[in-house]
Amino acid sequence: MLDLIWLLPTFPLLGFLSLVLTGGSLPKKIVAVIGAGSIGLSFLVAAIIAAQFLANGEAHFIKEVWVWMSVGSFSPGFTFYLDGLSLVMMLVITGIGFLIHLYSAGFMLDDPSYSRFFSYMNLFVASMLMLVLADNLVLLYLGWEGVGLCSYLLIGFWYENPANGYAARKAFVTTRVGDTSMAIGLFLLFAQLGTLNIQDMLHAAEAQWAIGSGLAVAASLLLLGGAVGKSAQLPLQTWLPDAMAGPTPISALIHAATMVTAGVYLIARTHVLFELAPNVQLLVAWIGLVTLLMAGFTAMTQHDIKRILAYSTVSQIGYMFLGLGVGAYSASIFHLMTHAFFKALLFLAAGTVILSLHHEHDIFRMGGKRKQLPVAFASFLIGSLALAAFPGTSGFFSKDEILLAALEMEGPGLILWIGGVIGAFFTGIYSFRLVFVVFFGESKAHHEDKEVAGFSMAGPLILLMILSVFGGLITIPVQEVFNHGDVHEEHHVSAFMHGIMIAVPLLGIGVSYLFYMSRALSIENLMASSMAKSLHKFWFSGWGMDRLYQILFVNPFLFLARVNRADLVDRFYELLVQLTRIAHKMVAQTQTGQLRWYALSIAAGLIVIVSLGVLL
Amino acid sequence: MQSIPIEHGLILAGILFSLGLIGVLTRRNVVFVLMSLEIMLNASGLAFIVAASRWGHAEGQIMFLMILTLAAAEVAVGLGLIIQMYRRFNTVDINVLSKMKG
Amino acid sequence: MILVILIAVLFVGGLLAWASERINPEYPRIISLLIVLLDIVLMFSLLGGDSSATWLVDLQADWLPRFGISFHLAADGLTVLLLLLTGFLGVIAIGSAWGEITERTGFFYFNLLWTLAGVLGVFTALDLFLFFFFWEVMLIPMYFIIAIWGHENKNYAAMKFFIFTQVTGMLMLVSILMLAYSHYGQFGVFSFDYFDLLKVNTSGPLEMVIMLGFFIAFTTKLPSFPFHSWLPDAHSQAPTAGSVILAGVLLKTGAYGLIRFAVPLFPEASMQFAPIAMTLGAISILYCAKVAFAQTDIKRLIAYTSVSHMGFVLLGIYAWNEEALQGAVMTMLAHGLSAAALFMLAGGLQHRIHTRDMSDMSGFWAKVPKMSAVALFFSVAALGMPGLGNFIGEFLVLLGAFKANITITVISSFGLIFASVYSLWVIQKVFHGEYRNIDFDDSHLYDLNRRELIYFGLMMVGLIWMGMYPQSFLDLSQGALEGILASSQIVATAAVTK
Repeated sequence: MLDLIWLLPTFPLLGFLSLVLTGGSLPKKIVAVIGAGSIGLSFLVAAIIAAQFLANGEAHFIKEVWVWMSVGSFSPGFTFYLDGLSLVMMLVITGIGFLIHLYSAGFMLDDPSYSRFFSYMNLFVASMLMLVLADNLVLLYLGWEGVGLCSYLLIGFWYENPANGYAARKAFVTTRVGDTSMAIGLFLLFAQLGTLNIQDMLHAAEAQWAIGSGLAVAASLLLLGGAVGKSAQLPLQTWLPDAMAGPTPISALIHAATMVTAGVYLIARTHVLFELAPNVQLLVAWIGLVTLLMAGFTAMTQHDIKRILAYSTVSQIGYMFLGLGVGAYSASIFHLMTHAFFKALLFLAAGTVILSLHHEHDIFRMGGKRKQLPVAFASFLIGSLALAAFPGTSGFFSKDEILLAALEMEGPGLILWIGGVIGAFFTGIYSFRLVFVVFFGESKAHHEDKEVAGFSMAGPLILLMILSVFGGLITIPVQEVFNHGDVHEEHHVSAFMHGIMIAVPLLGIGVSYLFYMSRALSIENLMASSMAKSLHKFWFSGWGMDRLYQILFVNPFLFLARVNRADLVDRFYELLVQLTRIAHKMVAQTQTGQLRWYALSIAAGLIVIVSLGVLL
Repeated sequence: MQSIPIEHGLILAGILFSLGLIGVLTRRNVVFVLMSLEIMLNASGLAFIVAASRWGHAEGQIMFLMILTLAAAEVAVGLGLIIQMYRRFNTVDINVLSKMKG
Repeated sequence: MILVILIAVLFVGGLLAWASERINPEYPRIISLLIVLLDIVLMFSLLGGDSSATWLVDLQADWLPRFGISFHLAADGLTVLLLLLTGFLGVIAIGSAWGEITERTGFFYFNLLWTLAGVLGVFTALDLFLFFFFWEVMLIPMYFIIAIWGHENKNYAAMKFFIFTQVTGMLMLVSILMLAYSHYGQFGVFSFDYFDLLKVNTSGPLEMVIMLGFFIAFTTKLPSFPFHSWLPDAHSQAPTAGSVILAGVLLKTGAYGLIRFAVPLFPEASMQFAPIAMTLGAISILYCAKVAFAQTDIKRLIAYTSVSHMGFVLLGIYAWNEEALQGAVMTMLAHGLSAAALFMLAGGLQHRIHTRDMSDMSGFWAKVPKMSAVALFFSVAALGMPGLGNFIGEFLVLLGAFKANITITVISSFGLIFASVYSLWVIQKVFHGEYRNIDFDDSHLYDLNRRELIYFGLMMVGLIWMGMYPQSFLDLSQGALEGILASSQIVATAAVTK
């Protein structure tokens, strides 16, 4: 049965092909069945394979479908590699993917491009599965770029609005910068180690490269560049908030649960390389920390419901990077999984809110919606509790694991831990700021319609709610991959520290309550000073990074392009043409048409030749 | 009779030739150009005669006969062309013939 | 013999097509289509052989024995791939000219077929005099195609194309003669034959000079910065079928010339010159991508992207190792398809709305969804999306070039970013956004018809095949490239040991 692993990306791929080739002529019910059904089938197969794999107890399973190319010593294959890590990833992708597809069947029902939506979504899932199941870095890169393409297509899904197209292109080009860095890393790895098969490459690296060697540093830095782009971490995080221009289900699938976790997966997969370059690994942790704090600040100032969740995603992935940086790979992957649960839940619930309130995105124009939108309210409540790491929720367990691992690391571990705790404080604030503003208080929106939550939408929400609460009890089978103990390993940390970690999110929730529920503290007073206003503006704009990139990269490129539109080199050849014309005019002057002139020139020429003949 | 040194003859022929050439190049009247051409032809004929007498061969005299014939034919055609030119342009100024300019 | 037949069929077919116009103006295009299909069928017979052997077919006959000129045609795996590409694009070109060319159709198809015949000759000739002959033969009919059936600036563009290629071809002729003379000096007989000339041992500045003659001729055809400026004009002014042949096939003759002649005949000079050549490739990639982005004429934009892609080919060739060369070959094949498709889309658009100016276009996805989807596919291919052929080529080139020169490869990799900028910009400007039809007459803006869908479909299948299962192509060229790599090694070491 394990041999059928190739079916996993094939079902969505077939779904994509059938939807593209029929080009929107199928009725919507069939489209939904094909679109969601293909992912459902993949999930089924994935579950069976997972069960069998775990029962077998093997460490890994390899299946080559065909040799992709073979040039010299470079011969990557279309080969699937199954181990604990890819197992977790594939289940998350197909499982959450299926739920989101199911939700979209109801959510996108009124959209005229229903078929196009599902075709892109299916292509995305196929690419993402290729990414996590690839046994060599080139095949991984195929999946990597494929998800980037689908992300572009889906962000710009409503193409009539050029702003969506702009956001889509921004996402694609920004991640392309990271992809190029990764590609250069691949070239380096192949040139030095002779193979891009992941396991062979890692063994060769361990054998040939000393810890801290320049090559290891270079290779891991380049791969980190790719990871940072795809996972929207510093310095390539600017595309994710704008990506919210796409339909909400894709924000849930691509920009919360799966694509943005690709970077985390990459680093986890090649962790041996990072361990050979400890400075780079530490850098991963620092990037994670700075990003999670920056995004946390910004999330607290946003008022678009999806942008809050977007910045929250950036922040949570920062936690995952933090975990990877301190060597807590299992914890990071565990957090990846739980984050997929509750972030997908939050985004899908946000979709329900937006749809029910007729495409209202601004939370300050909602309010008191908990009676009107019960399912969304329940989802948001549970999701935010998990996000804020309320004790007992899945998010609590996973975030705790990471912070504990950070604490136990020597050196900067304490600083990382403190930063993570501050981040948790912020998480509590912004997540419940959203809940309190949208669902409590006075109702500002004028639409009092019923909640839009048919079975196809409510079902996944309920399932995700259950997973968000109880998902923390799942043990992910990644021991052998990471040579570390179980996810829930024993930690030797004082009760005091534990206490802080539990209390801080609650403190955040409490602060948020004081500002937004009970109105005991006043936002207006806090924002009164001009310094507060400028800080707010600064954080709101994502720490000014968009503007920075505009000035540093975009404007110079546009300027250069515009200035040289006609191509300098062409001007040079035009110059040659002009010179030829001038020479022509000059020579044409000798054709006077006068007989005597011609006779003179004949005579003169004759004299010259004769005298030359005589002299030489 | 005392033989004239060949150098004198050739120098005379050279001078005559140059005079003829200058005439061709500088005179504006076509008839005079034609006359200068005749001088050039005769100069070359003179050179032939002188050479023939020096070496004692008859070929030079024969060449001169040929040149004479050539000159006569050429003059006939040339005068015919001049008459045509006068009929068309009402002048014998050679500068008028410059349609091949450029 | 088969090679002579392949070329002769096209020559005769061209004449037939021209003559048949008198009977019925529809006949030339039908006849040319049949002729090219016949040629493709004949080409398949070349595929059956043992691909591990370097030379599959060889034909040599005396022509001017006093000067050592023979009629020498041969094909190896690399040649066969390029021949197939030529045949395939020939069919596509005829398909695109089917509806577009209405005046003097006989003469048009005559020129088209004779250009193809010239190209086939270029790919198979192994006698340098014969090679030069075919080089010129493929040039003149293309000039006519641009000059007679081109667009508003056709005379300028045609003349520019002709002069660039002709002048540099003359440089190549001088080099050929110098090489033949060197052979005479070394061996006492004149010879223009490829295998004889491989044995000639030139060195020092003389070798560099002769090599440069070849190099300049081939990089002008490729084209590479700084000799590329004929291409945007030629491509934007040529009729669509002309653009397809120009971009898809003629450009590859430059690359072929570099692989077959410029480097193996002058190994030491090439090694010395390689960093400069690779730098030119890198500049081509980046500079032309930037200029492409700034264009408003859609065909000019695609033309500049062609130069950018051929920069990868140049980079790969002068890296001169197996991965890079295979990458160059794959890029040639994949670019042949993707550039041809993009030009056909642009040409199709021009045929429908009579403008190439992108500032007049917006939001076409709503009106012509099939065309937009096809355009999206090929733009995505052009930016190097894995799963399609262009990625295989570019990746292999960069992989191989990395081993040769790290700095230049890293710089060239930024071309991947720029490629995404211009490709997605075209889609955004023309197909996305709100539909606006104030600047042109949209009465004829209909979607792709069945004929167009068929050949776009064929090209899409081709690109996907190249992207997912490139081994079928790589196998064919492997023997040939290994042979070329080995022979240049032998000559180089032989020269050293002498």
